[in-house]
Amino acid sequence: MENVDGIVARALEAFSAAQDPAALENAKARYLGRGGELTSLLKSLGTLAPEARRSAGQAINEAKAQLEAALDARRGALADAKLASRLAEESLDVTLPGRGRGRGSLHPVIRSWARVESIFRSIGFDVADGPEIESDWYNFTALNQPENHPARSMHDTFYVELNDAQGTPLLLRTHTSPMQVRYARMHRPPIKVIAPGRTYRVDSDATHSPMFHQVEGLWIDEDISFADLKGVYTDFLRRFFETDELEVRFRPSFFPFTEPSAEIDMRFDSGPLEGRWLEISGSGQVHPSVIRNFGLDPERYIGFAFGSGLERLTMLRYGIDDLRLFFDGDLRFLRQFA
Amino acid sequence: MRIPESWLRSMANPSQDTAALAHLLTMSGLEVESCEPVAPPFSGVIVGVVRTVDKHPNADKLALCTVDAGRAGEAPLAVVCGAPNVRAGMRVALAQVGARLPGEGGAQLEIRAAKVRGVESQGMLCSARELGLSDDHSGILDLPDDAPLGRDLRDALALEDQVFDIKLTPNRADCLSVLGVAREVAALTGVRLAAPRIETTAPRNDTRLPVRVLAPELCGRFSGRVIRDVNAQAATPEWMKQRLSRAGQRPISALVDISNYVMLELGRPSHIFDFDKVRGGALEVRWGKRGERVELLNGQTIEVDESVGVIADAAGVEALAGIMGGEATAVSDKTRNIYIEAAFWWPQAVAGRARRYNFTTDAAHRFERGVDYATTVEHIEHITRLVIEICGGEPGPIDDTVTRLPERRPVRMRVARAQKVIGVPITGDEMAGVFERLALPYEWEGEDFVVTPPSYRFDLEIEEDLIEEVARVHGFERIPAHPPRAPARMSALPETRRSLHAVRERLAAGDYNEVINFSFVEPAWEADFAGCTDPIRLLNPIASPQSVMRSSLIGSLVDNLRYNVARKVPRIRVFEVGRVFLRDAAATDGPLTVAGLRQPVRVGGAAFGPALDEQWGTATRSVDFYDVKADVEALFWPVAVRFEAAVHPALHPGRAARVLRDGRPTGWIGELHPQWQRKYELPGPAVLFELEAEALERVALPRAEVPSRFPAVIRDIAVLVDSGTTAQALLDAISAEQPGIVRHVGVFDLYQGSGLPSGRKSLAFRVVMQDTERTLTDAEADEARNAIVALLSRKFSATLRS
Repeated sequence: MENVDGIVARALEAFSAAQDPAALENAKARYLGRGGELTSLLKSLGTLAPEARRSAGQAINEAKAQLEAALDARRGALADAKLASRLAEESLDVTLPGRGRGRGSLHPVIRSWARVESIFRSIGFDVADGPEIESDWYNFTALNQPENHPARSMHDTFYVELNDAQGTPLLLRTHTSPMQVRYARMHRPPIKVIAPGRTYRVDSDATHSPMFHQVEGLWIDEDISFADLKGVYTDFLRRFFETDELEVRFRPSFFPFTEPSAEIDMRFDSGPLEGRWLEISGSGQVHPSVIRNFGLDPERYIGFAFGSGLERLTMLRYGIDDLRLFFDGDLRFLRQFA
Repeated sequence: MRIPESWLRSMANPSQDTAALAHLLTMSGLEVESCEPVAPPFSGVIVGVVRTVDKHPNADKLALCTVDAGRAGEAPLAVVCGAPNVRAGMRVALAQVGARLPGEGGAQLEIRAAKVRGVESQGMLCSARELGLSDDHSGILDLPDDAPLGRDLRDALALEDQVFDIKLTPNRADCLSVLGVAREVAALTGVRLAAPRIETTAPRNDTRLPVRVLAPELCGRFSGRVIRDVNAQAATPEWMKQRLSRAGQRPISALVDISNYVMLELGRPSHIFDFDKVRGGALEVRWGKRGERVELLNGQTIEVDESVGVIADAAGVEALAGIMGGEATAVSDKTRNIYIEAAFWWPQAVAGRARRYNFTTDAAHRFERGVDYATTVEHIEHITRLVIEICGGEPGPIDDTVTRLPERRPVRMRVARAQKVIGVPITGDEMAGVFERLALPYEWEGEDFVVTPPSYRFDLEIEEDLIEEVARVHGFERIPAHPPRAPARMSALPETRRSLHAVRERLAAGDYNEVINFSFVEPAWEADFAGCTDPIRLLNPIASPQSVMRSSLIGSLVDNLRYNVARKVPRIRVFEVGRVFLRDAAATDGPLTVAGLRQPVRVGGAAFGPALDEQWGTATRSVDFYDVKADVEALFWPVAVRFEAAVHPALHPGRAARVLRDGRPTGWIGELHPQWQRKYELPGPAVLFELEAEALERVALPRAEVPSRFPAVIRDIAVLVDSGTTAQALLDAISAEQPGIVRHVGVFDLYQGSGLPSGRKSLAFRVVMQDTERTLTDAEADEARNAIVALLSRKFSATLRS
């Protein structure tokens, strides 16, 4: 039986020595194949006495099982080694940039516009938009602007060569407030709407652009008070700037279309603008004459309106200090707002 | 408006300090924009008098002075001075040794005893600039002879003072004076108002200047008085000059200064005529006549017309009513007899007139907004007293012509209404307190107040005006900020509407960068890129490159490319969402439209440079039509749009397509015309698109179909057709006649070039067939394929490519 142990030892050695599946199968044939050493040994059992034959057969079968197991293990090891070497070959430089096209950007003022919309939509405001070449009536008269007011002059307002039905020149709207009137005439109270959009004034220097953006807000119902204006606008600013550490003050002012009127100032309590009051919006309780021009009875309906500069909000939000950057179309600036 | 704090406190002096007073004014609607000290901090400077002036032994331009500092028993100080105006007997600002003067950037400069060219100087004589009082450095300060010797200069010149710069809203004309602001301070703090006491002066002769008011709608009241034998050369007193200067008014001459002073003090613009220069011995107040001219005090000669009010004499127009006097009748240092005028000009008769001549005046600013009509005579008395005090003279009687004055109708305010509008239950008693402090006469009528506005208030006409006064004086800061409240109704955008923000997100996701361009553009852009030779012009453009309203976004987008190319950006993709402006005679006034034009929102984009950012693993090539077409298709997805070749002024005629949605034109795509690429100096081709936003906003609600359980069969067909035949034509023909089992047909290959007959191209289609009920046989698929081949052969002379 020393013979069996010797065969097993040599076979195990041959299996370990095999470096690829073909060599392993050759080694298998040498020991376990039809003419293999262990097979031959099994065949030779017939010459033994029955007692000896039984014990020798048992030893040979055990040796065979041992070799089959060693063979499987070696097969697995070789397959693992092969996979490992393939994986090593296939490895990538994962730090190379991804292929294909990149992503663009949204204009910072439009980002603000969209955020203002979503903040006001969250408390049920509708969003409206309308003409930019506007009639004198919607832009001024309906908003209680006196006939001779300097705002109507060519110093302040752009006019175009077209006239309205009364023969008054059409103009580029100087604020988004005409949308108050248009929207209110199209809807019944409660009226809750914001109207963001482009506006125009004859003014061009480092801090004024002849075209800029405003967002108008209007809430009309039977009981919408100045205190509500304070609540809504304060909440809006805190959501827009995402901080409750923001002081907001309402200061008496004058606009023809509101009364009482308030200028809204805000103040951060940290950051580069800490401690400075910043004018952010005009606002007030809608003037009864304007409510009448909405087609509503000012005895029954009251409410507030505000008009804020989107550029102003955007500059404060993102730390932009030059208005002209908004309108240069400079990709090096714009791509920061991806 | 500049209001010196000391002047303000002379009429209303609350306990609040400067900062608190400024805050109080700001929070009541009189915005204090700035509060500047009249002098920067300095110390150790006193009033001295120069006793002797001798030449400096070692320097031609320096003088050696002895200066008396007013200390009894002390010898005069030796001070070296280089000022040209130093003289013996002069009262000067003496910076003593140890004095600290304002220096650069807020630092202070200490004065030490020092040798100047070998001679010891025990101090320094200061110019106004050295003390930070003004920019005057032409000589040392020449103090009045009655300046108290030895007194600290800050005290002697009352330099512990601030100037409030107040930005007034146009409704508060009543605050355009120290008195007006003081009235406000008194109302807000409850302190007593010490208005200047008006003293009357009895006439001492009966010289009059008759005035005829011919236009009562221009001039509601005209008061005037002659004063004879004034000394026009008298010096304006220092106290008056100081107040004028601090209020921003340059002192000129006594008579002019008095008129200006009373305007600042009481808000009363007046005019003083040289009585002897008035021709014909009478004035008339009327509208101008076309062709009449007048040389104004500012040297400007203007021509008036029927819309401008004037004061005229026998020689013609002598003053613009409520705006400015004329040169011909102006007072000068030779004037002996004067005529003082104080009038009420109707605001709407003055409004805008000065601006028409491109200037404005303090008088016009006030009259446009409304000046107290009740006090013209009192104010002439006040001016009279100042004139007599300063210039002497013998006053005549005051003439007072009243034609038509504003009415002050009582205004009713309901307590409940005020509470509702403000949103806080302010009590009726508190409201009454507000009216009392504002000195607004009122009566209670049940739950209502009836208020009669005073003659100086032009802004109290309706209930809301009074509610505003209540809210303002109660304090906006004391009104709580209510959290928003409203019925909780759900709202959502319709699912079949894609918001423009979503459209923008898609474009940004597709590598486009959003720009915002001006809506007014160069006329040439309109002509070149939109073929528009009659754009809507601005009547008052800022500059000619911004003089017409754009009818297309393309010009602006090309300009964005140019701008970035010039800044070496290699690959540019931009988009814009904005309105364009189109004449349309058929357009009518509507809820959201203006007659005569359309203003649709468009979405435009431009691509220039490589199709992709230069990168490893992908060959670099220029962006082309089909890249951008894919972007446009993606923008509309899942809506399928069609493209048809068409000609557009901005675009390459062979590389341009009209975009159709549901058969309707809805925009353009194409390569920029090479002639514009050259003219606008772009170093390579650009691809542009411009689409109607409205078409991008509409999307269909998805309608689901159950996918077939049976396998699809695919057949490819490659055919040769004439080069000019479009893929779309073939697809349309197939689609019109395709067998029922065909689910989808798509182009997957194009070949043109060698191996094909000239004038022919190969197009390959992949046909997907499927039945919902059963598995298709090969024979059925082949039959369908053959039907399509036959159809193409019949309609387009297509041949199968072998």
